[in-house]
Amino acid sequence: MSNLEQLESGGHTHAHAFDSKKVKREIWRITLYLSILTVVELLLGFLMMPWPEDSLKRHLVKGVVMALMLWKAFYIIAYFMHLRHEVRNMIMVIAIPCILFVWFISAFLGDGQSYKNLRARMDPYHVEHAQLPMEFPAEEGHEGHETPEVHKMDVPAASPAAAAHSAITDSTKKAE
Amino acid sequence: MAHTAALHTEKPSKWSGGSSPFKVEYGKLMMWFFLLSDSFTFGGLLISYGTTRFATIGWPDPNVAFNKFPGISGNAPLAFVSLMTFILIISSVTMVLAVQAGKEMNKKDVVRYLILTILGGLIFLSCQAWEWNHLYHEGAWWGANPFANSNGTQSTQNFTNFFFTITGFHGFHVFSGVCINVIMLIMTLCNKFEQRGHYLMIEKAGLYWHFVDLVWVFVFTCFYLV
Repeated sequence: MSNLEQLESGGHTHAHAFDSKKVKREIWRITLYLSILTVVELLLGFLMMPWPEDSLKRHLVKGVVMALMLWKAFYIIAYFMHLRHEVRNMIMVIAIPCILFVWFISAFLGDGQSYKNLRARMDPYHVEHAQLPMEFPAEEGHEGHETPEVHKMDVPAASPAAAAHSAITDSTKKAE
Repeated sequence: MAHTAALHTEKPSKWSGGSSPFKVEYGKLMMWFFLLSDSFTFGGLLISYGTTRFATIGWPDPNVAFNKFPGISGNAPLAFVSLMTFILIISSVTMVLAVQAGKEMNKKDVVRYLILTILGGLIFLSCQAWEWNHLYHEGAWWGANPFANSNGTQSTQNFTNFFFTITGFHGFHVFSGVCINVIMLIMTLCNKFEQRGHYLMIEKAGLYWHFVDLVWVFVFTCFYLV
């Protein structure tokens, strides 16, 4: 009977002889690490905010942010979800299928990149079209918005997109 | 035959029955498998977002699209989403503490930390509701994108479509996590786990809750930071 109980609970029926204080200290340590990593991510986010979108340094910082993201994910899975303290076979059962993500990400992002390049080559008009500034419809709203106030898409003048937009329209006016 | 029988008596395999090879109960193992499959669901969504972004010329700047903080009229990029991230991390910590209290058979602490976790989840959901509402009033919704690309050019609706689909799917997970935690709280208060002699159910609910936090780490990075 006790054997059956053991089977049902995977041998975790009775409280182990663990050091409660040590476990709690580990929890707070990981919390601290997660917070620090998040703050670093945010600092990098603020750092790269004014940089041009397609600059190399911005791509590099984005890569660093991605690495920090995976680091955080490791802490959550290993310590909060306790996977690190499980049996090795159990860890492998969860970890090995995740290798599929390597293929999943590289294949699909590569596919997207290749689609963009091929389309730019086959359809140059598409690239030209993508250089046009965004038109902000004055009165034409979309479905689902009942109140007329909502139709006016007020972009605050301070926002870079609006500034860029007005800059582009200004330059086209000058060209004319 | 006699030979194989002898082998078995010499070194019983972990898989020959009578013991738990992974040293976890059935429900916890199945929760792990569910979370693995769920991570592929989220992976599919996030990777399709990435693929579309890689295939598109230009993309809106998230610091322009998500730049509001309730009560602050000015430009405050990243501020609100950082608050949401910290709320979720803290609620994850209180969940670990609830699981730990369960292992120690400490009902009072389990109840206390579960309530804190549920509160964290509810605050996160309220934040998300505020953000969605704000974006809706800016004119953003499925099929409507008021934000120009970062260089001022014409953007596609993919930006808002993916944003609302993926944060919505994540928000739905948070909502179900809160529901599961409320059920756990009721079961704890009814002494269900005391009668069973263990709080293993809290551990399974905890795994789900941490997964929700884990997914937010990815959503937060992919939508707000890069």
